[in-house]
Amino acid sequence: MAVTSQPFEQPDTLTKTQAALQHLAAGNSGASDLLGEKLVLNMGPSHPATHGVLRLVLELDGEVITKATPDVGYLHRGDEKIAENMTYNQFVPYTDRLDYLAPLANNVAYAMAVEKLMGWELPPRGQAIRVICCELARISSHLLGLGAFAMDTGAMTVFLYTFTEREKIYNLCEVISGARFTTSYTRIGGMTRDLQEPFFPMVHKFLDEFIPSLDEVDNLLSRNRIFVDRTKDVGAISKEDAISYGLTGPNLRGSGVDHDLRKKHPYLGYEKYDFDVPIGSAGDCYDRYLCRVEEMRQSVKILRQVLDKLPKGPITVSDPKNLPPAKTEVMTKMEELIHHFILHTEGIKAPPGEVYFAAENPKGELGFYINSKGGGVPHRLKIRAPSFVNLSILPKIVPGHLMSDVVAILGSLDFVMGESDR
Amino acid sequence: MAYTVRRPNLTFWEKLYLPNIVAGLAITFNHLKKMLKGETKVVMQYPEEKWDAQLPEYYRGAPTLVTDEHGRERCVSCQLCEFICPPRAIKITPGSLPTDSKFAKVEKAPQAFDIDMSRCIYCGLCEEVCPEQAIYLRKDYAVTGESRADMVHHKAKLYELGGSMPGLVHKWNPDK
Repeated sequence: MAVTSQPFEQPDTLTKTQAALQHLAAGNSGASDLLGEKLVLNMGPSHPATHGVLRLVLELDGEVITKATPDVGYLHRGDEKIAENMTYNQFVPYTDRLDYLAPLANNVAYAMAVEKLMGWELPPRGQAIRVICCELARISSHLLGLGAFAMDTGAMTVFLYTFTEREKIYNLCEVISGARFTTSYTRIGGMTRDLQEPFFPMVHKFLDEFIPSLDEVDNLLSRNRIFVDRTKDVGAISKEDAISYGLTGPNLRGSGVDHDLRKKHPYLGYEKYDFDVPIGSAGDCYDRYLCRVEEMRQSVKILRQVLDKLPKGPITVSDPKNLPPAKTEVMTKMEELIHHFILHTEGIKAPPGEVYFAAENPKGELGFYINSKGGGVPHRLKIRAPSFVNLSILPKIVPGHLMSDVVAILGSLDFVMGESDR
Repeated sequence: MAYTVRRPNLTFWEKLYLPNIVAGLAITFNHLKKMLKGETKVVMQYPEEKWDAQLPEYYRGAPTLVTDEHGRERCVSCQLCEFICPPRAIKITPGSLPTDSKFAKVEKAPQAFDIDMSRCIYCGLCEEVCPEQAIYLRKDYAVTGESRADMVHHKAKLYELGGSMPGLVHKWNPDK
C-alpha cells in the first residue's frame, strides 16, 4: 500500500544556530529567525477547529510542525466514578453525554453491556428499534463530522446543508424518545417506549430527502479542487499504524482495514441486514471523508431494510423479577408497588462477574467494561471511548505538516471531547 | 462485504478552480431560489414562531407536580423521585395533610418540594418511578431565572406549572 506522506526530518538545530551566529558575526542584523529556535504554540483548548476542548501543544519550526502533544482532560467529569455510585438505570442519562452527537447509539451500547452481564437478549422488535436508533445516530454524527470538517477546510455552505438534515434527525429523536438531544431512550432490558405512529411517515420522508441532499454535499466537496488539495495526502495513516494505535471506526477503515464490529461481532441482529463496509486505500483525510459519506449511504440502506420488516411484539425482555412492572399495575396492586420500590432503590439483581461489550458507534468502538460484585450497582465501570484512542495518533501523524493541515487532520479524525474526557 | 471507496481523479476542467466555483454557486443559488419561493423552510423565527404544536405528548420538558381531577395533591412524599434523580435536583420535606382532612390519618403530603432547575437534566426518571403519577415532565422548555434562587422551583410554582391531570390512582375513589 502506498503511503503518501514523507517521513519528516528533524532540522539540525545546532547547524542552524551556528549558521545564524556566523551570519550575525559577519555584521548582519535581524537574524533572530535564523537562530533555529522553535516556537511552542498552544492550539486550544478553546479553538474552533479543536471541536471542543482539545489542547494541542505544537512545536513549530517556521510553519512546519515538529512535534504535537495532545492534552486532553478539560471536559473530565468523572463519569466512570459516578457510575459506581448509582444503579444501572440511573446511569443511562450520563451515557447521553459521552458522544453527545450520537446519544441514541451510546444509550444502546450501554444497555447492551449491562444486558450482556445479565445474560439477556432483546426480542426481535426491541433489537430492530435499537438498530434504527444506532443508524440514525450514525447519520447524525457523520453529518456533523462532515459539516465541521468541510467548514474547517473552508467550505461553509456544506455545514449549513448538513445541519438542515440533522435537524430532521433531531425531530425524529424527539418522536422516538421525547427529547431532541439528551435522549436517554434505553433502559436495562428495553426501551422507555415503543416507536409511536408518527415516527414512520417522518422517517420515510427523511430517508427519501436525505440521499439527494447527501449527493449535493458530495457534489460540492468530492470533486472540488480546493477541498481535495487540502485533504489529499494530508495526515496519512498507514494500515499498520492504524492498527497499532488502536484506531477504530471510520478512521481505521479509512486506512484500509476492513474492521467493523457490526460485521465481525454482529450484535442486535446486524447479520440479518445487507450492507457493505466502505474502506479507504491511502488513509489520508480525503479517504476518511469518503468513508464517512459512504457509511451514511449504507446506514440509509440498513434503515430501509429494518423499517420494511419491522417485527411486531414486545420490546423488552421478559424477566419480571428485574424489570419494573407496568405503571397501571403499580397504581392498582400492592405487590407490584412493593416490587417497583425495591427495583428502583436497589436496582436490578445483576450477577457477580465481568463483561466487556463493544458496539460500533459512529466514532468507533465504544466499549463498556463492567465489573460487578453482584447487585444493582457496578463495582467498576470502564468506558472505552473511541475518540480518546483515536486522538492518540496525533503525535504520530501531525509532525511534518503545516499549521493549516492540523485543522484538516483534526476535522477528519472527527472526535468529540465529551467522550474522550468523559 | 468490504469495498474500497473510489477516489475520483479530477478532470482537466475540475483542476481549474473556476468551473468548480461556478458549479458550487449553482447549487447554492438553487437553494436560494427554493428558499425565496418558500419551497424549503429552514429557519424558524423563535420566539415569534414556536415548535410547541409539534411536540409529542411525552416530550420531556420541565418537571412539574400535578393534582388530580378534584384539585387534590397527588404527591405523598414517598421520596422515590428524590432518590432516583441522577443529578440530585429534587429535595422533598415530608409533611402531613391538614388535620381537618378526612385523609389526614392515612396520607401524607410534601411540606416542601423543591426542584433545582439548574441541576435538572430532564431525563424523566422521576416521572417514570413516581408511584402516584404526581410528577410529570411538561412541555415547558424555556426555564429561565435571574439568580440561582430563581432557578429553584418551589412547590407552589411546580403545581402552577403542572395543573391537573386525570390518572389511574384510585385511592380517593370511594367505590374503588
